[in-house]
Amino acid sequence: MTVSDNAFSTALALILGLDDTLLGIVALSLRVSLTAVLIAALLALPLGAALALWRFPGRSAIIVVLNSFMGLPPVVAGLTVYLLLSRAGPLGEFGLLFTPSAMVVAQVILILPIIAALTRQQVEELHGEYREQLQSLGLSRRRMMPTLLWDARFGLLTVVLAGFGRASAEVGAVMIVGGNIDGVTRMMTTAIVLETSKGNLPLALGLGIVLLGLVTLINAGAYVMGETARRRLG
Amino acid sequence: MPKAGLALAALGLMGLSLGATAQDEARFITLASTTSTENSGLFDAIIPQFTDASDIEVRVVAVGTGQAFEIARRGDADSLLVHDTAGEERFVAEGYGTERADVMANDFVILGPGDDPAGIRDAETVEEALSRIAEAEAPFASRGDDSGTHRAELHLWEAAGVAPGGEWYRELGSGMGPTLNTAAGMDAYVMADRATWVAFDNRQNLELLFEGDEALFNQYGSVRIDPERHPHLKHDLAEQWHDWLLSDEGQQAIADFTVKGQQLFFPNAK
Repeated sequence: MTVSDNAFSTALALILGLDDTLLGIVALSLRVSLTAVLIAALLALPLGAALALWRFPGRSAIIVVLNSFMGLPPVVAGLTVYLLLSRAGPLGEFGLLFTPSAMVVAQVILILPIIAALTRQQVEELHGEYREQLQSLGLSRRRMMPTLLWDARFGLLTVVLAGFGRASAEVGAVMIVGGNIDGVTRMMTTAIVLETSKGNLPLALGLGIVLLGLVTLINAGAYVMGETARRRLG
Repeated sequence: MPKAGLALAALGLMGLSLGATAQDEARFITLASTTSTENSGLFDAIIPQFTDASDIEVRVVAVGTGQAFEIARRGDADSLLVHDTAGEERFVAEGYGTERADVMANDFVILGPGDDPAGIRDAETVEEALSRIAEAEAPFASRGDDSGTHRAELHLWEAAGVAPGGEWYRELGSGMGPTLNTAAGMDAYVMADRATWVAFDNRQNLELLFEGDEALFNQYGSVRIDPERHPHLKHDLAEQWHDWLLSDEGQQAIADFTVKGQQLFFPNAK
């Protein structure tokens, strides 16, 4: 296992070296994925809750579509956003292609269905438990929404983390819409692809270990936060 | 507001505010180019020299030549530097570009497992080498991605009078680097541009088996995009880049670039 030995020492050297280029790549990865998660969560949490509470024609179809879009191939999301943002496309005049904003848009499309679909499921279960209670308080569905979302918060934290995991791990979409431009749109995952194509496997794997470490740190932070809040608030 | 929500919102806001600062308006052009120029490190060596001289940043999107043409056709790149002379001339003839110019050249090489099962080491011409691979039905890894290298490879098979196909001929649909990784993994013959090969680290059993035939010449050209078709592009800045590549300074910068002591690109602007 010489390769992985090298990769671990490479990863260690990368972290200890605090190389400016690497810091830039890490910062961009976090910035893009966290922004995408925030935007997707702001849209998908209410959407999921609404789907759980309201009954209307076409509701089942929307749920099925959301569920299947959880498996949307990143490269398809990337291609779609590329065609939209390309100068020849409908949103071309904004000049967003090959910028971090384009990567955020692609990632939002990827993770919005995940957060919305899982939120719907969680809120629907909770609603089943509390329905009579909430109705006896005379709450309208619109008033129930924030209450149920709040009560489901610990489960929803995991849902949002699942979205973040998908965003930080994918490469197909950001490669196409970002272009992997050095210093502008090069992220952890696209840098890994680049180093692999140069045959520099230890560095590629080393970057992978750094990425995994970062994601683990964020998840650990979220876990500790959730546990502390759960204990305090009962 | 609850703590978990607060922290999440804070994280998100941090992301957004950072996002706002990153969009500084700098003088830059977007260059669609090939993986061979990027992966070998050429751009890292010459672009800073151009930026010092002109105060223009060059952002490189490195893809296969086919995709680079498509990006330029759609108006998503200010300039184009690829290696498919026939394709470049067609691009200009179709009205997407105003002119193309020779910038530099290197050559393709044929690589394969060190024990050379098809015996191409002593072949006289590249046609002969390819015919021997086909006769021996030795595994051959092809890019299969409509890149400049793939197009050149197909021309060579045609010249050798072989229609490659069957078990032994594997179209990977991948870039040069991934194709070399795969060829190394399955002990296959493969054609690569010399620049990517010299800079490539994961060689395993792969060795350079055939080189030097004139038919393996690999010309790179810079193409100027037509301002009338895509008026929004930064044609003034792109023109400075194009002219710099062809200038004495640009040509010297290309000649000075070496990897492992080897010069990889030979400037030949007229």
